[in-house]
Amino acid sequence: MSNDIPLALYFHWPYCLSKCPYCDFNSHVAASVDHERWRKAYRAEIETLHHQFPDRVISSVFFGGGTPSLMEAHTIAQITGDIARLWGLGDDVEVTLEANPTSTEAAKFADFKAAGINRVSIGVQALNDPDLKALGRHHSAAEALEAVAIARRLFERFSFDLIYTRSGHTLKAWEAELRAALPHADGGHMSLYQLTIEAGTQFQTLYDSGRLTIPEDDLAAQFYDLTAAVMEDAGMPAYEISNYAKAGQESRHNLAYWTYADYAGIGPGAHGRLTFYGGPNAQDAQAAAAHTRIATRAHKAPDIWLKTILDVPQGSTAGAPASAPYSAFQNPEILTPLMQFEEMMMMGLRLRRGVDLDAVHARTGIDPKDHLNHAAIAALCADGYITQNGTIIALTAKGMPVLNAVLRAILL
Amino acid sequence: MDQKNIRNFAIIAHIDHGKSTLADRLIQRCGGLEEREMKQQVLDSMDIERERGITIKAQTVRLEYKSKSGEMYQLNLMDTPGHVDFAYEVSRSLASCEGSLLVVDATQGVEAQTLANVYQAIDNNHEIITVINKIDLPAADIERVSQQVEDVIGLDASEAVPVSAKSGIGIDDLLEAVVARLPAPKGDPNAPLKALLVDSWYDSYLGVVILVRVIDGEIKKGQKIKFMNAKAVRDVERVGMFTPKPVLIDRLGPGEMGFITAAVKDISDTQVGDTITTEKHGADTTLPGFKPSIPMVFCSLFPVDNGEFDKLRDSLGKLALNDASLHYEPESSQALGLGFRCGFLGLLHMEIIQERLTREFDLDLIPTAPSVVYKIHMTNGDVIDLYNPVDLPDVVKIKMIEEPMIKATILVPDEYLGGLLQLCQERRGTQIDLTYAGNRAMLVYRLPLNEVVFDFYDRLKSISRGYASFDYQLDGYVENDLVRMDILVNNEPVDALSMIVHRSQAEYRGRGMCERLKDLIPRQLFKIAIQAAIGGKIIARESLSAMRKDVTAKCYGGDISRKRKLLDKQKEGKKKMRQYGSVEIPQSAFIAALKMGDDKK
Ligand SMILES: Nc1nc2c(ncn2[C@@H]2O[C@H](COP(=O)(O)OP(=O)(O)OP(=O)(O)O)[C@@H](O)[C@H]2O)c(=O)[nH]1
Ligand code: SF4
Ligand SMILES: [Mg+2]
Repeated sequence: MSNDIPLALYFHWPYCLSKCPYCDFNSHVAASVDHERWRKAYRAEIETLHHQFPDRVISSVFFGGGTPSLMEAHTIAQITGDIARLWGLGDDVEVTLEANPTSTEAAKFADFKAAGINRVSIGVQALNDPDLKALGRHHSAAEALEAVAIARRLFERFSFDLIYTRSGHTLKAWEAELRAALPHADGGHMSLYQLTIEAGTQFQTLYDSGRLTIPEDDLAAQFYDLTAAVMEDAGMPAYEISNYAKAGQESRHNLAYWTYADYAGIGPGAHGRLTFYGGPNAQDAQAAAAHTRIATRAHKAPDIWLKTILDVPQGSTAGAPASAPYSAFQNPEILTPLMQFEEMMMMGLRLRRGVDLDAVHARTGIDPKDHLNHAAIAALCADGYITQNGTIIALTAKGMPVLNAVLRAILL
Repeated sequence: MDQKNIRNFAIIAHIDHGKSTLADRLIQRCGGLEEREMKQQVLDSMDIERERGITIKAQTVRLEYKSKSGEMYQLNLMDTPGHVDFAYEVSRSLASCEGSLLVVDATQGVEAQTLANVYQAIDNNHEIITVINKIDLPAADIERVSQQVEDVIGLDASEAVPVSAKSGIGIDDLLEAVVARLPAPKGDPNAPLKALLVDSWYDSYLGVVILVRVIDGEIKKGQKIKFMNAKAVRDVERVGMFTPKPVLIDRLGPGEMGFITAAVKDISDTQVGDTITTEKHGADTTLPGFKPSIPMVFCSLFPVDNGEFDKLRDSLGKLALNDASLHYEPESSQALGLGFRCGFLGLLHMEIIQERLTREFDLDLIPTAPSVVYKIHMTNGDVIDLYNPVDLPDVVKIKMIEEPMIKATILVPDEYLGGLLQLCQERRGTQIDLTYAGNRAMLVYRLPLNEVVFDFYDRLKSISRGYASFDYQLDGYVENDLVRMDILVNNEPVDALSMIVHRSQAEYRGRGMCERLKDLIPRQLFKIAIQAAIGGKIIARESLSAMRKDVTAKCYGGDISRKRKLLDKQKEGKKKMRQYGSVEIPQSAFIAALKMGDDKK
C-alpha cells in the first residue's frame, strides 16, 4: 500500500555561532561539537526510519537549523549517501541546505555541492550593515551578496531570505533594498519575512519594555502589499505567504509541508507528519486500507536527543535492530481526522493556489460541508479575502496578510 | 468577669489614619500575641486587605489589661474600616459597644469620615476618646489638629491622647484613659439571655461562626438558643473569643463579646442584628438591632461560563453571610445569560466583591456598568423601581423619571476648592453649604448619585492631589430629564452596555463609550460601526476599520502542531465571546468598557 508514496526528509542541525535576538528556532550555541557523534546519530535515525518506511520515494531533503552550513560537508555526504543507499536518491530530487553568508561558510559551498546539495537557501536578512548588526548577524551586506554570487555560480537553484518591517524600517527604504536585492536573486526564489516578535527572544524583552519598536498592523500591511507588488513586477510572485518565486522555482520541500504530504524530521526538535498505511502490523486487507497519521517531534535538547539515539542498551547503530523505534516516535500524537482537516486547511491556504476541498475530503475523510462555515466563506468571498472556484478555495492578495482571521472565521 | 472591669470600644477614624496599627499596639501591649506572631495590621487578615492596605471587615479582639492600679480588665476592641463604602461595618460595631477611640491623623487632621463616624458614635451614646495619632511624624501638628477637633467636631481636645501607633508612644496613657473614661457595660446577669448577633462568616474549619455581644444573661456551650427574628433554634456547639487567635471558652457573660458556633446550615438563620436568647424562658423583646443597609450602587454579575451560575449563587451566599451590606437577586440578560443584579454600598465595595468572587471562588465574571435605582413614574400612576437600565419601559408610558440624590460632605484645603466646586457643578450638583475651619473648606453639596458612582471619587482625589476627603448619604429623589442610552455594535444593541444618563450628558457619555469600545473591540475582517443612541436617534458614532494583518509569517520546519493548537485555543476563546451579529466582543473588552463610565476626560 505504501509503495511509491513520497516522503520528504528534514534534518535539523541545532548549532549556531551565536543566538540572533529575534530567533525562536531550536538553535543552540555550543563550545564544541562532536561531529562524529552526530554522524552516528543521523545514520541510526535514517536506518530506523527506513526500517519503518522502506518503500517510500524520497521527494526532497532539507537541512535546516540552527546553522547547517556549520556542518561538516562530510556529514552531509554521509547522510545523502545513506539515503541513496537505502531508498535511492534521484538527481532531480531537491536537496537544500540553509546557509549563513559568512565568508567561511560560503567557502564551503563547493564542498557541500560535492556532498550532494543542489540548492542553498541563504540567510541574507538585510542589505545594510547597521541593520544586520541589530539583527545579531555575523556577516556584512557585501559578504552576503558575495555568498549569493558564489551560490549562483555553483547551484542551479538557490534562494535567499530577507527580513523586513525591522526597527525603523520605512516603506521607501524597504522598496529600495528589495529592488537592490532582486538582481541577485536571478529570477529564482526569495523568502521575505516580516519581523515578528517571538516569545522568549531577546527582541521580546526589548519590545515589551518599549526599547524596540517595529512597524505594526496597518503599516506592516502596507509593507506586505508593497512587497507583493514589487515581486509580482519582478516576475517572482508570492506563491506562499512569505515566499516568492518564478514559476517552477518554488521550494519543493516546503511545498511538502504546505500540501500536507508526509515528512520525517530527524534531529533535535524536528517535526514530522507520517502516515502509516494499515499500520506496521496490518493483518488483513481492511486493516491495511485504514491509515493512521501521526505528528512527531523529536526531543529539543541536542544532548538528550543524541543520548536517546546513541545510548540505547543494545545500542546498535549499524544496521537497525528490528525493534528499534525511530526516536521521534517516542511521543507521537495521533492526529484525528478533524485535526488533519484543520492542519491541511491551515497549511494549504498559505499557498496562493489554495486548497482543493475535494482533495481535503479524500485525504482526511472529513467532509468540508460539515466543518466549514459556508456563510463566512461566502461573506469573505464577497469582501475579497478569498476566492472559491469550484472546490478550490484560495486567499486573495488582500486575504494573505489576514490568514489567521480567515481561518478563525471559516473553520468551525 | 465582673462587668465593671469590662470595656467594649470601637476604633474609628477616616481611612488610613492608623486604626489597625493602633490595634496592633494595643494587642501587643496586652500580650495578645507573641512578638514573633506580630505583623503590621495583624487584624487585616484577608489577602485583599493586606494587598490594598485597608481594612474591609471589622474585627473584634479580647485583651486582658492590668491597669496601673493593678486591676485586671477585659478589653473588647473592634477595629473598623475607614472607607465610606464599609460604613455599615462601622455602624454595627458602634451599636455593639459603649465607647469609641476616635483616631485622628496628626498630619492630616479631621476628614470627612472622621466627621461621619463621630456623629454615628454620638448617635450611639458613646463615650469618645480622641486619639491624635502619628505624632512621630515630622509633619505632625498636634496643636492645629486639636483645634480642628474642637472647632469642627466640638469635642474637648484637652483630653485628647497623643500617640504614635507606629512607635508605641502614648499607648500606656491611652489604655489608662480607656479603663478610666469609657463606661463599663451594665447588663443584667440574672435576666434571660439577650445577645446581639453582630456578624457572621463561614470558616472552613469551624463552619458558620457567629460574633455576639452579650447584653443580659449568659451564653454557654450546649445551651439551646433561639434566633428571635429568624425564629430558628440551635444548640450552641462552641463558645470562644479572639485574642486575636480563636480560643474556646465555656461561656460568655453579660457585657462580653465573643463567638459561638451552633450547627447553622442555613445562612438565612444568621441575620446580623438579630437577638439571640435561650429557647426556654427566653427574653420576650428583641434588641433594636441594626438599621438595614441601603445599597447605593448596582451592577450585574454574569459568569463567563453559563454553567457556573449555581456556583456564583453559592459564592454570593457565602460572601453575603460575611457582608451584610451585599444584596443580590437573580436576573437574566439577552447578551450575557443568567446572572445576578447586585447592590453595593459604593464602587470600592463593588470592586472588592468582584475581586473576592474571582479570587476566593475562582469565578470568571462579566460585570456590567454600575448604576443606581431610578423611580419610574408611569402615566397610569404606577411607580417602578428601575434597577437595570435594560428594563426601562416604553418611553411613551413614562410620565417622569426620578433619580436618587446624595448629600456630599467634602473637606478640602482651600487651594483646591475652585477645582472641586467646578467638579460638583459639572456633576449637576447644587451647593448647600460652604464653611471654613482654618485653611480648610467644608463643602456640602447635593448631587445626583448617578454622577458620583462613576469616577467622582477618582476625580476628587486627582483634583485635590489626594487631599480632599468625601463622605455622603442618600438624600431623597428628584425628577430629572433622564434618558436611556443604548450602545449598538454593528447595529445590534448590546443590552449590558445600556445606561441611564441625564439628557445633557448623553452625547458626552456616548462619545466616551464609543471611543473606548473602538479601542477595545478587536478589529475584524470588516468595518464595524459603534454607535450610541437614544431611542432611535444616533448621538455618537465611531467606526473601527477592518484588520490588516494577522498571519504567521514563518511556518518553520513543518511545525504545524503549535499553530493548530493556537488556532484551537482561539476557537475555544470564541465560545467565551458573546456574539453580536457577526462581531465578537471579547470578555476583556466588556470588562474594560464597563469598568468606568467616562474616565476619558
Ligand atoms: N509614621 C506613622 N505611621 C503610621 C502610624 N499609624 C499608622 N501609620 C501608617 O499609616 C498607614 C495606615 O495605617 P492603618 O493602620 O492601616 O490605617 P487604618 O486606619 O486601619 O486604615 P483603614 O482600615 O484602611 O481605614 C500605614 O502605612 C501605617 O503604617 C503612626 O503612628 N506613625
Ligand atoms: S542563525 Fe538562524 S537559527 Fe541561528 S540563531 Fe540566528 S536566526 Fe536563529
Ligand atoms: Mg484598618
